[in-house]
Amino acid sequence: MTRELRFFQALREATEIAMSRDPSVYIMGLGVPDPKGIFGSTLGLREKFGEARVLDMPTSENGMTGVAIGSALAGMRPILTHQRIDFALLSIEQIVNQAAKWHTMFGGLMKVPLVIRMIVGRGWGQGPQHSQSLQAWFAHVPGLKVVMPATPHDAKGLLLASIEDDNPVIFIEHRWLYGMSGPVPEGHYTVPLGIARVAREGRDLTIVSTSYMTLEALRAAERLAEEGIAAEVVDLRTLSPLDEGTVLESVRKTGRLLVTDTGWKTFGIGAEIIARAAEGCLASLRAAPVRVCLPDLPTPTSAALAARFYPRAIHIWKEARNLMGLAGAEGRPFEPPGVPLDVPDPSFVGPF
Amino acid sequence: MSDPAKLPILYELMLRIRRVEERIADLYSEQEMRCPVHLCIGQEATAAGACAALERTDHVYSTHRSHGHYLGKGGSVRAMMAEIYGKATGCSKGNGGSMHLVDLSVGYMGSTPIVGSSIPIGVGDAFGAVLRGEKRVTMVFFGEGATEEGVFHESVNFAVLRKLPVVFLCENNLYSVYSPMSVRQPAGREVYSVAQGHGIECHQGAGNDVAAVYDLARKAVRKAREGGGPTFLELKTYRWREHCGPNFDNDLGYRTVEEYEEWRKLCPLEAFEKRYLASGAVAADELRRIAERIEREVADAVAFAKSSPFPQEAQGVYAP
Ligand SMILES: Cc1ncc(C[n+]2csc(CCOP(=O)(O)OP(=O)(O)O)c2C)c(N)n1
Ligand SMILES: [Mg+2]
Repeated sequence: MTRELRFFQALREATEIAMSRDPSVYIMGLGVPDPKGIFGSTLGLREKFGEARVLDMPTSENGMTGVAIGSALAGMRPILTHQRIDFALLSIEQIVNQAAKWHTMFGGLMKVPLVIRMIVGRGWGQGPQHSQSLQAWFAHVPGLKVVMPATPHDAKGLLLASIEDDNPVIFIEHRWLYGMSGPVPEGHYTVPLGIARVAREGRDLTIVSTSYMTLEALRAAERLAEEGIAAEVVDLRTLSPLDEGTVLESVRKTGRLLVTDTGWKTFGIGAEIIARAAEGCLASLRAAPVRVCLPDLPTPTSAALAARFYPRAIHIWKEARNLMGLAGAEGRPFEPPGVPLDVPDPSFVGPF
Repeated sequence: MSDPAKLPILYELMLRIRRVEERIADLYSEQEMRCPVHLCIGQEATAAGACAALERTDHVYSTHRSHGHYLGKGGSVRAMMAEIYGKATGCSKGNGGSMHLVDLSVGYMGSTPIVGSSIPIGVGDAFGAVLRGEKRVTMVFFGEGATEEGVFHESVNFAVLRKLPVVFLCENNLYSVYSPMSVRQPAGREVYSVAQGHGIECHQGAGNDVAAVYDLARKAVRKAREGGGPTFLELKTYRWREHCGPNFDNDLGYRTVEEYEEWRKLCPLEAFEKRYLASGAVAADELRRIAERIEREVADAVAFAKSSPFPQEAQGVYAP
C-alpha cells in the first residue's frame, strides 16, 4: 500500500523500520528524543525503542562522531543526526580522517556502517552559519557515500539503504523538503545507493539536479514544456557513488546540459557533472553546459539579500532558454507577486 | 555590593535588555523580523553585571543568545534592531541578523551561533593584545552547553598556559535547547569544577543577582588587567522564553512549570528593585527616569529599523 507522507514522516518511518528489523541500529544526536524530535523525524522513537537506542548527547559533535565510529566497529549501526550541516563541521576530522579511511587503511579488515544525517537550512534569516550546503566537500572524499533525497519516497528508501550499507554515508536533507508530501509505500523497501532518477523525460535538454533544486527544476521544466521545450530532469539522489551512466545517457540524447545544485558554484557538484559530460560524451554536446548554483558568497541573512542569493525556477528557466538558443524573454515570475521568498510554501510551518 | 555608585547603571543595563527583548517578542509576529531570535529575558543580570565591570575599550565575544551582551557592552540599540529587521543600517548591514551582532565602537567584537566557537577567538584576541602590549581584557560569554565542546577545553588550557587576560563567563541556564543537563553531563558534577581541572581560578555565583555578578566580574577583570591571568565564572540563571523565538514553551514538557515559576520569582529586575529601593540605595524617581528614557530609546530604535532601507548588495567576500 502506498499513501501520502511528508518528507519528515518518511524519514521517521524508515528509522523505525530499520530499528525494528535490526537491534544493532541506534540513533543519537542533539535533541533526538526532545519534544520537537529533529523537526518531527525522530518523534516517537524513544517511546518505542527506549533510552539506550534513542539518545540525546552532549554538545560534543567531534567526540560523539568518533564514539559513533567506534561503536560501528564494535558491531552497532549508528545513525548520528545534526540539525544543520554547519554543526557537523566540528566533526570533520572524525568523518574525513577516520570514518572514511578505517576500512581501507587497515586492509579491509574492518568496516564503518555509520549514517550521519545533516540538514541544510534555508530561509528566515538562517544566514552564514546555518544554511551551508557542503555536499561537494563530502563527495570529494573517497570512502564516504553521499546521499541527497528530493522526495518522501526516496527519503525513506535511501535512508533504509544507507542504514543497511556497510560504509559511512553522509545523508543530507534539505529543510525545505521536510513539509513536502508524496506517495510512500508502506513497509520495508530500499532505493539503492548510486542510482539517479529520471524525474521527467524530455529530448531537448538535460537538467541534472540535487535535493531541493529538483523541485525548482521540475517547475522550470513545466513552463518550458508549455513553450514547446522538452526538458529531461535527472535527480541525482546519490552524489557518491555517482550514477554517471544515467547522466551521460540523457546528455547523449538531448545534447544540452544544465546542472542545478543547492551548493556553491565553484568546485561544486555542477563542476563534476559537467566534467563527466566533457570526458564521456563531449561530441554530443551542442552548447556549452551551464550551472545554476549559489553565488560564491556566504549566505546573507536579510530576506532582501537572500531573495537575490538563491536561484529558483525562473533562473533555471532562463538558462534553459539560453541553452536552447532562444532570445532572452523576461518571463513572468513563477511566484505570485508579494509572496515571501524566504519560506518554502504555505504548508511549511517553522521553526527553521 | 562593593560599589553602590554603580547601582543605577546596573539597573539601566538590565532594564534596557529586558525592554528591548520584550519589544522584539511583541513585534515578532508581524513577521518583519525575518531571522531566528534567541531571547535572554530572565538572564539580564549576568550580561549587565559582567559588562558593567568592563571598560569601554575591553572586548566582548558571544553566542547565539547575545542581545544582552551586546546591549550590556553598550552596543547601539538602533543598529541592533535594524540588523534584526534585515536593514542596511544594521550593525552587520543585513549580512548577519540577530545571531551575528557587532559594535566595534564599544568593543563588542561579535556574536556567532556555532556553540563554543567564539571562545577560542576571544582567547586569541587576548593573546593578540598581550603580544601588542595592549592592556585590554577580553570577556567571552557562552552557555553551559559550550563547556561540552572540545574547543572550550583547548581554549581554557591555552589561556591558563599563557596567563591571558580573559574572563570566561558561563551562563548556566540548565538547558541546551530542550536538553537538560542530566542527558549531557554527569549528575552532581558542577560545571565550574571541570574548568578547575585546567588550573584556572573558578567561581560560581547567583546569575540573577546583578550585584553579585558585578562583584565577581570586577575581581576577575581587575586580576586579568593586572597580569594575573584568566578566570572562569559560572553564573546560574534561567531563560524564561523558548530557546528560539518569542513565545513561552513550558507546554512542550521538557521542563516543569514549577521549575519555571521558581525562577520567575528570582526575576533579576524585581530582586534589584526590592533590595535597593527598600534600603534607599537608589531613589525611585531615578529609576523611573531611567525607565522613561529606555522606553523612548526602544521606540526610537524600532522606528529607525522599520524606516531604514533594505540593503541592495551583499557584503563581498574578500577584504579589499
Ligand atoms: C556546534 C553546534 N552544535 C549545535 C548547535 C545547535 N544549538 C544552537 S543553540 C544550542 C544550545 C546551546 O546551549 P547553551 O550553550 O547552554 O546556550 P543557551 O542556548 O542555553 O543559552 C544548540 C545546541 C549549534 N548552534 N552549534
Ligand atoms: Mg544553556
